[in-house]
Amino acid sequence: MTARPADDLIDESSVIVCCGSGGVGKTTTAAVLGLEAARRGRRAVVVTIDPARRLADALGLVDGLASEPQRIDLEAPGELWAMMLDTAATFDGLVRRYAESPEQVDRILENGFYRNIAGALSGTQEYMAAETLHALHGDERFDLVVVDTPPSRNALDFLEAPGVLSRFLDHRLFRLLMLPAKGGLRVIGTATQPILRAIGRVVGSDVLADSVAFFQAFAGMETGFRERADDVIALIRAPETSFVVVASARHDTIAEAVWFVEQLVDQDVEVTAAIVNRAHPAFGDGSAADASERARLAVDPDLRALWRNVADLRTLRERELDEIAPLGAVAGDERVVVLPLLDRDVHDLDGLRTIAAHLFDHPTVER
Amino acid sequence: MVAGKGGVGKTTVTAVIARAASDAGLRVLVVELDGKPALAGLVPDLEVMSISAPDALDEYLRDNGFARIAKRLNRTGVIDMVGTAAPGIDDIVVLGKIKQLERSGQWDLVVVDGPAAGHAITFLMSAAGLADSVRSGPVRAQADEVLELLHDPQRCQVVLVTLAETTPVNEVIETAYALEDRVGVQLGPVVVNGVDVGVELPSSSVASSVVADLDDATAATLTAAAEFRRSRREMERQELDRLVDRLPIPQIMLPARLVAGLTAEDVTALADGLTGGGAMEDSA
Repeated sequence: MTARPADDLIDESSVIVCCGSGGVGKTTTAAVLGLEAARRGRRAVVVTIDPARRLADALGLVDGLASEPQRIDLEAPGELWAMMLDTAATFDGLVRRYAESPEQVDRILENGFYRNIAGALSGTQEYMAAETLHALHGDERFDLVVVDTPPSRNALDFLEAPGVLSRFLDHRLFRLLMLPAKGGLRVIGTATQPILRAIGRVVGSDVLADSVAFFQAFAGMETGFRERADDVIALIRAPETSFVVVASARHDTIAEAVWFVEQLVDQDVEVTAAIVNRAHPAFGDGSAADASERARLAVDPDLRALWRNVADLRTLRERELDEIAPLGAVAGDERVVVLPLLDRDVHDLDGLRTIAAHLFDHPTVER
Repeated sequence: MVAGKGGVGKTTVTAVIARAASDAGLRVLVVELDGKPALAGLVPDLEVMSISAPDALDEYLRDNGFARIAKRLNRTGVIDMVGTAAPGIDDIVVLGKIKQLERSGQWDLVVVDGPAAGHAITFLMSAAGLADSVRSGPVRAQADEVLELLHDPQRCQVVLVTLAETTPVNEVIETAYALEDRVGVQLGPVVVNGVDVGVELPSSSVASSVVADLDDATAATLTAAAEFRRSRREMERQELDRLVDRLPIPQIMLPARLVAGLTAEDVTALADGLTGGGAMEDSA
């Protein structure tokens, strides 16, 4: 297994996007990449959407991850910073940036419908992750941004998310709401719109009134939002941005990783590395069948048990490698890095360093 | 309803419960919400239904005399607009659909492969949330009926799935308390998936004397493999102890299979081995 794809990642990117389904070790992988970058003298910031306590612990952040970058205490030529994505606060920041007046900011931020959009509109989390990435990329403190994307079924969610609000605002309902009423005023006669009355009956009239107020308050900001979204999309697609697909050595997550890679390739986005976490390590050179045969021939029951154990572990590894093969076929075998399941849990910097040592082929674990 | 963090084997456990219940003579319906095609392959002879929020909302609007809205707006538009205006409405229509299936009397047990743990709470909370914010109308009525289902331990239980590893155990403990306190739903047993109950290894001292006569490379392989497995098992044992200690509800252990992805046969074998589980007898 060559370490080259991982080396390229660290040395040649200014943005690394980690994609993959949930539970495959994406956040840990992002942290490991950041740690390695710092070891190589870069100033890296890792953005995670996973509020897992464990990562904060592993990085030595006693009070947990914050929504502002915090510097990790590290003996390294470079720097490592970490932060957690705060979807709602990021969205508020965008509203402040593009509003024409403080009154407009207040009207929007206090609106119930806006609070729902900031928290619940599908794709908002991905959009804000992309937005945060863009902001950090422009921040002089850092020269590498590693972002761990929200787990999703669709790799394109992240690529397309910045456009989600534009599409939402372009929606015909919005245009319906903003229809100039008689006399040229931008006032909506809900009573004259049967469709709005009907929606009001489903969701309740208070809720509807809130949405109407939101669209009125938002008027004038669409262009700013749209241009910003275009900038964010351009950065995501720039050559300095690398995509890493993360999976674990199981059939279902590999199948999703294959699907992710195919989608990215379809969009002309190159996948720099495909990292497969938690594969059983190799024990000796033989096959599982060899070990089973040795177990069968063993007279001593203890020796038989030891060989059976080797046979079990090799069986798992062989099946895992079979599962991983299709990922090599779509991403390129040379881009696939298989990392071993460790005999302990990763819960501190040493654990992250152990993974980094495997990922980048360091001869020994450095302390 | 089966819930758990991504990657812990929620879909496997859904299949195993469904298989065991079907083998016990119950009429079983399996429901999946994430568009995962894998589930049907794990229980090829059982009825598997896929429910998506846009479809459920569409059906809901039609059933409630809002066919014109459903017709005039494209589906994503409906979900985005209505879903954003009243968050949780997409969840509530899915839960409403599940309730409708449960009420139909066609099945003795409906097993739902639920959303991942983080979303499980918001998913199940959606009914209470909407009941607070929407005072009247069809959505409110739907929310009330769903709440009735969730609060009735004879009809509905949540089975949480975890692995014997630190993060999944932490998350399952948090989720269990949140579900009990905030949703008020009855928790079934916690299923611990992938527990290593394989070959019994000799102690390290016995092992080192056994391998003493072998060549160095072979001895090293046998020793390293045994140490690796012992230390994984020790980690598992500690995590199981912590789970028992922190979460006083019954556990069901599902043994690990020597595979990197289960098949229907594995599911049958696991279901055969499933004993002492109270998960499926009580709920409808």
